[in-house]
Amino acid sequence: MSKINLDKLEDAQFDVLKEIGNIGAGNATTALATMLSIKVDMSVPNVALLPFDRISEFIGSEEQTVVGILLEIQGDIDGMMMFLFDMKSAHHLVNSLMMRDIHENEDLTGEFSEMDMSALNEIGNIVSGSYLSALSGLTGMKMVSSVPALSIDMLGALLSVPAIEFGKYGDKLLMIQSQFGEDDFVTGYFLLIPELESYDKILSSLGM
Amino acid sequence: MGNMIKVGMADLKVCKCPDALTTLGLGSCVGVALYDPVTKISGLLHCMLPDSTQIRNNSNLAKFADTGIDELIRQMTALGANRSRLVAKIAGGAQMFAMSSMNDSLRVGERNIIAAKEKLKEYNIRLLAEDCGLNYGRTVEFYSETGDYVIKSVGKPVKTI
Repeated sequence: MSKINLDKLEDAQFDVLKEIGNIGAGNATTALATMLSIKVDMSVPNVALLPFDRISEFIGSEEQTVVGILLEIQGDIDGMMMFLFDMKSAHHLVNSLMMRDIHENEDLTGEFSEMDMSALNEIGNIVSGSYLSALSGLTGMKMVSSVPALSIDMLGALLSVPAIEFGKYGDKLLMIQSQFGEDDFVTGYFLLIPELESYDKILSSLGM
Repeated sequence: MGNMIKVGMADLKVCKCPDALTTLGLGSCVGVALYDPVTKISGLLHCMLPDSTQIRNNSNLAKFADTGIDELIRQMTALGANRSRLVAKIAGGAQMFAMSSMNDSLRVGERNIIAAKEKLKEYNIRLLAEDCGLNYGRTVEFYSETGDYVIKSVGKPVKTI
């Protein structure tokens, strides 16, 4: 029997998970900003435990097209990790990474080329790597991530993947939102989806 | 046309003619539409997981294909539908991410489809049409007036089954 109940999370447990999200997302955005050599200006991450029918609302509408990057985590902690970027942010990231002149490339809604997709995957790699190493440093546990998988589709459809994973344990999903960038903020969403047993490990490694 | 009633994730709704039912952004979840062609009473289920017996926390009936279909039939017959006349159309159950290591939870779409079909068979409900699997999300609309199941996806033409 697990110590944690996602539907009736204690305040202290929620705070710890929130802090983990803060640290992970903070590191991930710093890594990304360094890679893209843009000024880091990060907002305080917004953490929420949401019921399934409201998870899309947190980001946008269910039918909005977004870029999703999914990785599996293995090691002392098992689970999944997901990053979501809206189309405009994803184009902005790819254009910065490819050092394209953004002013000549005003179309921020069009399709991605194969090269762009691979750049997005690389962004996923970097972001997840720094997220996990922060989490690993904090908890003293070992974890590795799989090769990222990328999908561009409706928000609701992409979110069904982590929602199903959470659905096995409860009716809510833990979501961490982080914004960063220069003048024009890039919005990214981080979802850490540990398996239920892994929650216990995370919490007990932090003395809960 | 009547109202468009929205069905959320792990949710189900029933309606009478001329209302319509919709659920947005089906991924690995499955949208099961049941229909009584005589009374035109319709129901739509958006289930996430195949089997309620495998999960400890199973109080939300609409979360699972098995208990979700049970509950959908119960609510539809309560509204006046005849169980023996019911027909079904299903959509969804995609695999949204192509992962190299096939973790069970990533194949859940496929398992959802199988579970839904088995449950329908148990009730002797005929499956008229399906648009399942593959790797893209779907928004579905079910019209009680015509029994049409309309499927919309990103970058693909609208499909009616």
